[in-house]
Amino acid sequence: MAAVRCRALSKCFVQGEQVITGLDDVSLDIAEGEFVGLCGPSGSGKTTLLNALGGLDTPDSGEIEIGDLRVDLLGKGALAEMRLHRIGFVFQAYNLIPVLSARENIEFVMQVQGVPAQERKARSLAILEEVGLADHEDRLPAQLSGGQQQRVAVARAIVSQPTLVLADEPTANLDSHSADQLMDLFGVLNRERGITFVIATHDARVMAYCRRLVRLLDGKIVSDERQPGQGQTAA
Amino acid sequence: MRSLGTQFTIATTLAWRNLWRNHRRTLVMLAAIVVGVWAMILFGALMRGMLDEMVRGGLNSLPGEVQIHNPQYRDDPSIENSMAPPAGELLASLDRAPITAWTARIKVPGMLASERDNRGLMLLGVDPAGEVALGFDPKDIVEGRFLESASDRGIVIGRRMAERLETELGKRVVVMSQDLNNEVADRGVRVVGIFRARLQADEESRAWLGRDAMQELLGAGDAVSEIAVTGNDYKAVDDWWQGLAESAGPELETLPWQQLQPFLDSMFRAQGSVNAVLTVIIFLALSFGLVNTLVMAVFERVREIGLMMALGMKPASVMYQVLLESLYLLALGLIIGNVLAVATLWPMRNGIDISVVGEGLEMAGMGSTLYPVLAWQDMLGSTLIVLILGLLASLLPAWRASRLDPVQALTRN
Ligand SMILES: Nc1ncnc2c1ncn2[C@@H]1O[C@H](COP(=O)(O)OP(=O)(O)OP(=O)(O)O)[C@@H](O)[C@H]1O
Ligand SMILES: [Mg+2]
Repeated sequence: MAAVRCRALSKCFVQGEQVITGLDDVSLDIAEGEFVGLCGPSGSGKTTLLNALGGLDTPDSGEIEIGDLRVDLLGKGALAEMRLHRIGFVFQAYNLIPVLSARENIEFVMQVQGVPAQERKARSLAILEEVGLADHEDRLPAQLSGGQQQRVAVARAIVSQPTLVLADEPTANLDSHSADQLMDLFGVLNRERGITFVIATHDARVMAYCRRLVRLLDGKIVSDERQPGQGQTAA
Repeated sequence: MRSLGTQFTIATTLAWRNLWRNHRRTLVMLAAIVVGVWAMILFGALMRGMLDEMVRGGLNSLPGEVQIHNPQYRDDPSIENSMAPPAGELLASLDRAPITAWTARIKVPGMLASERDNRGLMLLGVDPAGEVALGFDPKDIVEGRFLESASDRGIVIGRRMAERLETELGKRVVVMSQDLNNEVADRGVRVVGIFRARLQADEESRAWLGRDAMQELLGAGDAVSEIAVTGNDYKAVDDWWQGLAESAGPELETLPWQQLQPFLDSMFRAQGSVNAVLTVIIFLALSFGLVNTLVMAVFERVREIGLMMALGMKPASVMYQVLLESLYLLALGLIIGNVLAVATLWPMRNGIDISVVGEGLEMAGMGSTLYPVLAWQDMLGSTLIVLILGLLASLLPAWRASRLDPVQALTRN
């Protein structure tokens, strides 16, 4: 089954007199377990596409399927449910709630899902270990480096075992070493857990990681290439 | 809500820590709530104390919470308008709970004369045991003694009256009044005791004599002017005075203190509304601060609220989160405010001396000591008002937080 399937997505933003094209007739299929990079210059529509796929924003027209869900037909509540249970998000910045520790940030999502406290704790500790932050559970975000913060965000994104992780410029604020570490982590999660990744990025090193690279320009897909990336399951 | 139980830990942790993110703002708001609650309770207690004092003071000069008279007596309190002593059904009712004490007395206008001066006043012909049961405190006898029985032939006059007449304990004074035949009756009696009263005016407005002596003087047989009744709780007379009125029958007029002293009653009733108005005023001031605090808090956290919603938190839960924070702030302020109010009132439990300002207050019927009354109704009332109105005021910022669009909130700089 396709992890993501979208047809003829369009989205315009009206700003005063101006109509800005966010997405223009975008169709895209992503199979389960793929590791896809979305690239393109600033303003090309990467974030707009990710938001539409993740149910954060509704397109003006077109169809979106995530697994067996018709995202474009869902109401607000159902979209929130979908984000909560099916999709992991990693944003560029402000990923974590500043007053909650690393573990509490991860537990927060499970709490919204209604996972019992005991299980929450066990799962968040296990996932922190998996992302290499076993002894940082009690640190507040401000006490973690940018790379560590992003890894906590990844841990939170995957703790509820989503099939799809959407990451919007996850390495933009990281030094190259931290960026490599983060991409390695994505790669491992992709290979070992079969999680589908869609990563919007400007970063050439991140692009190099991706087995498939979708290039956007002015809201249109201008190229869709497969390349020998490092993080991928059998395609 | 499925997840309400499991939401407990992190949601509460989050609310609590969020509350202390801006220490100063929270402390200022907390202080405002504490002072507001403290002032409400304190003011309520002082008001209650003052009112209680006024009503008691007023009742003291009746005395008796309910009185039974000949219907003409209140217009013309002469011995003509007297009544027979209680018997039959009325007597049976008077001896039943919740009535704790009653007495029958002669109470007529008259005059007291010494060799120096004379004064008009109310002459009370009483059974001393009955008066004590009704609330007369023998400790108020500052010289000599109180009457010993209804047949005592002495007189007990007030301190002020003794000064006016330039007389003293052991001297004789002349008692004058109109008897049943409208003749002036007089008799010399010895001053056996001098009393003090909470209100100086009472010290010269009445004097105590034995009931038998008065009946004899006035040629009144066993007739009395009034039956004074108490149940030991002036606030509770409404529960029983009508029953007593029925037993007394329509030929007699039975009235509770509220109708005997309408002024006291209106003061008493005004208290509730004064407290309510004050509470609302204090609260309005508080709620502006509270709304402002929360609006600021939400405004500063737009991005993370957006994050929470992007992660799948529903608008209702976002509202709940903001309200929880407000609840913490309110609860903390209420607890400290209540404790502080009790701590402030505790040292005053034996009364505060207000004799400095007492001269003026005496006219309002107050003694020189104010006993604050800490009523649980005041504490509960202000707590509920602050809590309920506080949460209502928080609804606005909470609602605004829940209406945020996650995408816009996340990209806000
Ligand atoms: N809320 C909005 N209101 C108006 N215009 C918007 C809004 N969001 C996006 N746009 C516009 O839509 C276009 C696509 O924006 P988008 O954020 O998807 O680009 P992007 O590829 O993510 O760029 P970047 O690499 O800078 O993040 C841009 O021209 C942008 O200005
Ligand atoms: Mg973008």
